Amino acid sequence: MSQSTEGRAYAPERETTEGRVFTVTGGDWNTVTDSVDPLSNEKIVVNMGPQHPSTHGVLRLVLELEGETVTDARPVIGYLHTGIEKNLEYRNWTQGTTFVTRADYLAPLFNEAGYCLAVEKLLGITDDITERAQTIRVLFMELNRISSHLVWLATTGMELGAISMMLYGFREREYVLDIFEETSGLRMNHAYFRPGGVAQDIPESAIKKIRDFLVYLPKKLKEYENMLSGQVIWQERTQGVAVLDVTGCLSLGITGPVLRAAGLPWDLRKTMPYSGYENYEFDVPTADTADVWGRYQVRIAEIRESLKIVEQALDRLRPGPIMIADKKIAWPAQLAVGVDGMGNSLEHVAKIMGQSMESLIHHFKLVTEGFRVPPGQVYVAVEHPRGELGVHAVSDGSTHPYRVHMRDPSFVNLQAIPAMAEGALLADVIAGGASLDPVMGGCDR
Amino acid sequence: MSDETNPVPVDASPTGANLGSPAELPPNPDRGMFGVKGTGDVSGFGGLVRRRPDIEGSPKPYGGYFDEVTDALEEAYPGFADAIEKVVVDRGELTLHIVPEKIAEVAQIMRDDEALRFELCSSVSGVDYLHTDSRRLHVTYHLASMTYRRRVRLEVAVAADGSVPTVTSVYPTADWQERETYDMFGVVFTGHPNLTRVLMPDDWEGFPQRKDYPLGGVPVEYKGAEIPPPDQRRVYQ
Repeated sequence: MSQSTEGRAYAPERETTEGRVFTVTGGDWNTVTDSVDPLSNEKIVVNMGPQHPSTHGVLRLVLELEGETVTDARPVIGYLHTGIEKNLEYRNWTQGTTFVTRADYLAPLFNEAGYCLAVEKLLGITDDITERAQTIRVLFMELNRISSHLVWLATTGMELGAISMMLYGFREREYVLDIFEETSGLRMNHAYFRPGGVAQDIPESAIKKIRDFLVYLPKKLKEYENMLSGQVIWQERTQGVAVLDVTGCLSLGITGPVLRAAGLPWDLRKTMPYSGYENYEFDVPTADTADVWGRYQVRIAEIRESLKIVEQALDRLRPGPIMIADKKIAWPAQLAVGVDGMGNSLEHVAKIMGQSMESLIHHFKLVTEGFRVPPGQVYVAVEHPRGELGVHAVSDGSTHPYRVHMRDPSFVNLQAIPAMAEGALLADVIAGGASLDPVMGGCDR
Repeated sequence: MSDETNPVPVDASPTGANLGSPAELPPNPDRGMFGVKGTGDVSGFGGLVRRRPDIEGSPKPYGGYFDEVTDALEEAYPGFADAIEKVVVDRGELTLHIVPEKIAEVAQIMRDDEALRFELCSSVSGVDYLHTDSRRLHVTYHLASMTYRRRVRLEVAVAADGSVPTVTSVYPTADWQERETYDMFGVVFTGHPNLTRVLMPDDWEGFPQRKDYPLGGVPVEYKGAEIPPPDQRRVYQ
């Protein structure tokens, strides 16, 4: 009995309908298991998350273990549900970008791009978007893809034991965020893409920073590969782990690097181009191992391809308007980047307040009410760093979205966790989950 | 703030020029300045009038690959005439409105037929057409064919308490997406292996994405606080 009470000090137990439940907060695992009947000790249900450093945010995994083998894995999501889709219905179409950008916070510009392309398709102005706006969008999406993949490299490195990779990955990502801040005023949640174009032209200083980054990152990438690829621990933790072949990917709806690592070169930038991607030269990297190792190699190769696109986009940048010419849609406010983000341009405020009554009326109507969008529905998909990001937008003819649904790749891809984890070791759940690169902000929206 | 400390008496008559000034005009709840109806709330939260989206079938030929898709489906699926309510082509997208009971059959053929090959179910989601359609809840399925690089939308409409057969046996990826549609709209997918809430807490009441479910105005779970609905948060009078 004395041993049992000692065990209880570390692990209080209580009886439930499903058996005895122990709350373990520390101490020696043997002390806990010794105090339990050894015969009923074979199956353990472990709650991993929702607050766990290896679950990429608030993902909860309910794992049933036999020894170290996972027999049953059940992902539980919804802890970060913020009702973005519902909120959109109470704001006008332009304000929508500030909401969708907050869904997948590691790839905000893709959310904005998907949403803006959907609104533009509803308006029927897809072909009227200016050349410069399109090029800036491509440029920024690819930079965002690089920063998102760098975070993947950083967090996955950390989860598999390469802590220094985390520091390096986040450090390099900060360079990209600096470029975003220089242009849009904000590191994250930019609301930079707007229906009709982009909010702000790209300054010379940011272009110089991008040029520097194009020289800087390839050298660093080489270092990371030197550090990880030859590493025995890295290889052991990734090769042959969490295998999911093309059939499995397609039936579970998995897209993006996970699908390409299984060998199918499905990339919407190539197969169903948008925003002028057909004018850029780049390859779609694939692997044939269908495991975590393949996904790592595909993502590293994608960073290199994105750098190629960024370089081409910089060369294609010609002076010109960044917003659609139609004044009924173009946001009338000439915004300026201030010290604390984007704000009003004093020059523009002086003009509408002091000189032109019509400008003021136009500004007021468009900013407070917004523009009307003809009724109908569209589905637009863009190649997000994690797969296909689809936006299903429905308009009823008013100034507000009637319904916007974001098909977020994190949400769909997380369904693969049971397929990858069941029958494997507990440690491989971490590797497999990380290789999906789930971002809960996008998953739960 | 109590009345004693408020320096401005509420009942005081307006000072300054008051002849014909807006402050003196009788308040008209139906029509405000500049012909604004209702509250005059230009933020759009109040007095929002939703226009009816009228969905009409498109005549043949549909153009593009749409004819090939519909012809191939008609050839492969004997019950085509009974299952397809209408075909809509809008903004370069093909929508097939399907009888709800037939959706799983149609999905099966869309996936397996040689000439169709819609291998990937990109997205399943719902739309609530409250007051504009007697079968107010619509479920949309966005299918993608990787072989032919095509997209098509299947749409079914059911009443608020209606049910739709699940397509999870054809597209396992629809599992969570159907759960989300149930969670947000209350559409019941019959035959679904595990139809529970996925984003909202398990014990949540109501279906948040329905149009008659308010944004705000519901007691905040776990805290006891309440947030007023948007149209009551600010007053412009």
